[in-house]
Amino acid sequence: MTQSFRLKDVGLINRNKKLSFKFNGKKYYGYEGDSLASALIANGVHLIGRSFKYHRPRGFFGAGVDEPYAIVQLYRNGETEPNIKATEQELFDGLEATSVNCWPSVNFDIGAINNFLRIFLPAGFYYKTFMWPKSFWFKIYEPFIRKAAGLGTASIKHDKERYEHKYEYCDLLIAGSGPSGLASAYAAAKNGARVILAEDKSRFGGTLLTSEVNIGNKSGKEWADGIISELKEMPNVTVKNRSQVFGYYDHNMLVMSERVSDHLPKTKEFHPKQRLWYIRAKEVLISSGSIERPIVFGNNDTPGVMLSSAAKEYMKVYGVLVGKKPLIFTNNDSGYETAIEFKKNGIDPLILDTRSNPKSEIINEAKDLNIKIKNSYVVVAAQGYKKVKSADISKISDDKEQLGNIENVKCDCICVSGYWTPTIHLASQSGNKTKFNEEIDAFVPGISKQNEKTLGAANGIYTLEETLKDSFEVGHEVSKKITNNENKVSFPNVVEKKSSIHDKFWCVPLPKGKNYKRFLDFQNDVAVSDIEIALREGYRSIEHVKRYTTLGMATDQGKTSNLNGLQLVSKIENKVVPAVGHTTFRPPYTPVSIGAIVGREVGKHSKPTRKSPMHSWHEKNNAVFVDAGVWLRPRYYKRGNEDLFEASKREAKNVRTNVGVCDVTTLGKIDIKGPDAAELLNRVYTNAWLKLPVGKARYGVMLREDGIVMDDGTTTRISENHYHMTTTTAQAANVLSHLEYYLQLVWPELNVNVVSSTEQWAGAAIAGPKSRNLLQKLFPNSDVSNEGLPFMGYMEGDLFGVKARIFRISFSGELAYEVNVESNNGNFMWEKIIEVGEQFEIQPYGTEALSTLRIEMGHVAGSELDGRTIPYDNSLEGLLSKKKDFIGKRSLIREAFTAEDRQKVVGVVPLDKKTSIPEGSHLVKDSKAPSPNPKLGYISASCWSVEYDNPFSLAILKDGKNMIGEKLFVMSPLKNKIIPVEIVSSHYVDPKGERVRS
Amino acid sequence: MLHIKCPHCGMRSQNEFSYGGDASVKRPELGKDVSDQDWNNFVYNRKSLRGKHWELWQHLSGCRQWIKVERDTGSHEIFKTLKAEEEIS
Repeated sequence: MTQSFRLKDVGLINRNKKLSFKFNGKKYYGYEGDSLASALIANGVHLIGRSFKYHRPRGFFGAGVDEPYAIVQLYRNGETEPNIKATEQELFDGLEATSVNCWPSVNFDIGAINNFLRIFLPAGFYYKTFMWPKSFWFKIYEPFIRKAAGLGTASIKHDKERYEHKYEYCDLLIAGSGPSGLASAYAAAKNGARVILAEDKSRFGGTLLTSEVNIGNKSGKEWADGIISELKEMPNVTVKNRSQVFGYYDHNMLVMSERVSDHLPKTKEFHPKQRLWYIRAKEVLISSGSIERPIVFGNNDTPGVMLSSAAKEYMKVYGVLVGKKPLIFTNNDSGYETAIEFKKNGIDPLILDTRSNPKSEIINEAKDLNIKIKNSYVVVAAQGYKKVKSADISKISDDKEQLGNIENVKCDCICVSGYWTPTIHLASQSGNKTKFNEEIDAFVPGISKQNEKTLGAANGIYTLEETLKDSFEVGHEVSKKITNNENKVSFPNVVEKKSSIHDKFWCVPLPKGKNYKRFLDFQNDVAVSDIEIALREGYRSIEHVKRYTTLGMATDQGKTSNLNGLQLVSKIENKVVPAVGHTTFRPPYTPVSIGAIVGREVGKHSKPTRKSPMHSWHEKNNAVFVDAGVWLRPRYYKRGNEDLFEASKREAKNVRTNVGVCDVTTLGKIDIKGPDAAELLNRVYTNAWLKLPVGKARYGVMLREDGIVMDDGTTTRISENHYHMTTTTAQAANVLSHLEYYLQLVWPELNVNVVSSTEQWAGAAIAGPKSRNLLQKLFPNSDVSNEGLPFMGYMEGDLFGVKARIFRISFSGELAYEVNVESNNGNFMWEKIIEVGEQFEIQPYGTEALSTLRIEMGHVAGSELDGRTIPYDNSLEGLLSKKKDFIGKRSLIREAFTAEDRQKVVGVVPLDKKTSIPEGSHLVKDSKAPSPNPKLGYISASCWSVEYDNPFSLAILKDGKNMIGEKLFVMSPLKNKIIPVEIVSSHYVDPKGERVRS
Repeated sequence: MLHIKCPHCGMRSQNEFSYGGDASVKRPELGKDVSDQDWNNFVYNRKSLRGKHWELWQHLSGCRQWIKVERDTGSHEIFKTLKAEEEIS
């Protein structure tokens, strides 16, 4: 296929580099520097998709971010991405794209039947129609809507691409590199400010690339190129293209997405696909320009109807004609610039101007070029289905109410200009109170809330000279505030053609007897009639009208539709536009890929992974790991073909009969020092701490102020004013913050310091009847006998030359010890324990066996201390001191907490002694009771008791203390299980706790 | 993202801090009788007001100090920050 709409020698594309690409399976050619849109138009392709609701044919409407139609599914390097604007996607060799929202093909689309059913698809259609009958929702309506909705398909594959986040600080962030962005950046940079200049497109310069102006005796483009190359050389300036500042957040934090590699066939090695910049700027200058707004007329969504500025951009930047028989429909001078451009390229346009007798330099130029102009004329309707073939045009009366005779003129495109809408999104996001500017019939930024200023067209200033003057001035002033420098740059001489005032005309009335669809929102198919219905049905607030009709809600966020929507509402409601107000602008300004937002925090990188010093030993010895909070812990050590169940049973059994060793490095550890350390513990823990002797450990429970158990653990008095606190793995960070809160804010008079020592110590739990024998071999110089180191005792020891802390504490319920050494000696300790322990048949055990051991002993842990239970629920009420006050004590006398039938932890055994009980199941009295079956409690933890060789669970059960011996049912609808069970004591093994003291 | 001036470390981004609620809440003294109403007010009841609000933040990923921040909950403007021991004026 030839590029029959490509102009010769015009544009900024690189004609030496031909690129091939595919659209809907068909092969085309374009050039380097093309957008996908310009390359398609060059090949005469104007049908690109189907509309959202009526599946009407869709072409191109704009040339940049404002594009509402040309959304494609992109295929690049084996990946696919939806919601790509063809106008923004740069062409690369091998690019493939397909249409979206059409089936089976864009040329023959079954959904287009909606176009004929449109009388049944008015505003609020979805709200009204799919209400009844209720049972239809899941089976019929929802699948239908899901299939019909959407503009592309997200990939379900893992995204192999890399996305980065970057944090940056600057004096001045300038969003947009048009004339105002360049001028302000240049003035500020020359004055010593640290500047970031961001441009969404690949080319810098904004409108300077397409306008016929002269700055300092250079063309606009040459001047822009000069400024950019100078800025790029400056060390205090960062210049970024393909970078959209899409969000303005609190305290001058802006977020920008940089499309680093999307324009390449493949991301380069070690490069990200996209990079998200979090920029904290002292000052922000918004130079985001303006977007041309359409004039509303019949069938104004037909492919070939597009913004006149886009038609000009396709010619001047890409060397592409959007049509060979153009009709220009304008209410201002911009349409003339496009017409002049056509004429210069040998094409005869026809201009319809809504104004009766406009006069200006630009119009004179058009007249001099013999361009045909019809004044007081409008396009009534576009004709043609998949492409404009002709236009019905008519004279319009001066009051713009009456149409004359309808004439039909042949044309292949209609370039529309309804004047310009400042892009105020960023300013509005920053909290700026926008105001309505009567002169340009649009909103402009008003009073700033944060440190931002809006320049140039985005501020409603449409002449180049004024824009540059203002921008040089502001760039200088703002930078002076920061740098205190006085380096002023000289103002260049500007030559531009003067234009005349625009006509505040935005919507062509319907001719008698015709019912053309006149679209306001092109992406969501919202027509004039839809807004009329919404208002008739009583919607008044513009926010409600938006939600009911979906005006301005799609991925283009109403960039071309908002103002015309407001005009319509104000006309029907007989209010002025500022009284209607605009809907809230929210980030992002343009769609941002989820990958960029997530950044590198994917999969294993979504949180840090912490490993104990013994990790490599575990790896070498067939440990299967499990995520325990941020830690990676051995779950079990696999031997031969063992599975989790068999291995954990073997490991737990070995602890009960011989001796086992478990890596407990992950336990939270807090070093507490100071003369008031005991007093702090006494206030934080529920039990008494003032009389704990040096060399002793004690188990403690701490509460939140609302009486809920926060954490438990043992704390050991190392010396007079020095304590070693342990916390659960999960709560370590919270407990430290909790202690700091009370020490810094509530009881600053306490002379205590706390610091996390979790990573300073490696820990090994040695548990089992033979643990003392092993300890004696490990510490031959220490007296670790029952008398020398009694239960809850502590001593320091010498482990083959390494200083160690020995605690006689037990989580498994067996005779047990914990040995701590400095982290870098952890592996040494572990290997010694294994080596010496061999004669006692030692085996390492993982978290699964650890759980089994504690569950059958009835020791509560995280699954019972789950942020919903009080000490009584966990049978920890014996640890509540009656003599002293402590954090949360006052809450424990609440009515619910002292109720007679308060929940309590119990043991649960299946009657058949075989069926294992799923965790999280509910306990009920009657398995056959009608739904909702009253729930008496829930299974908090389950194991296979190695002591009794049958399943055993812990549960939190209503009136638990009186339920021992009761027969209940465990119900797990998820696993489809109903298990008859008996309630037993939670202390299933060694209820008197004799083993730990043996 | 807020920009908070830690009185110990200077201007830092919000993601280094964790929020700690109303700074004007005073914990009842230990060992003293507290009425149900007073205790409820301390544990649960917060004004959740719109406007200027003294609140606690902890510079968790920094100096770990709890600080007091006067912030407008509506506009997010921060007027003043204090060290833990400094009294709200």
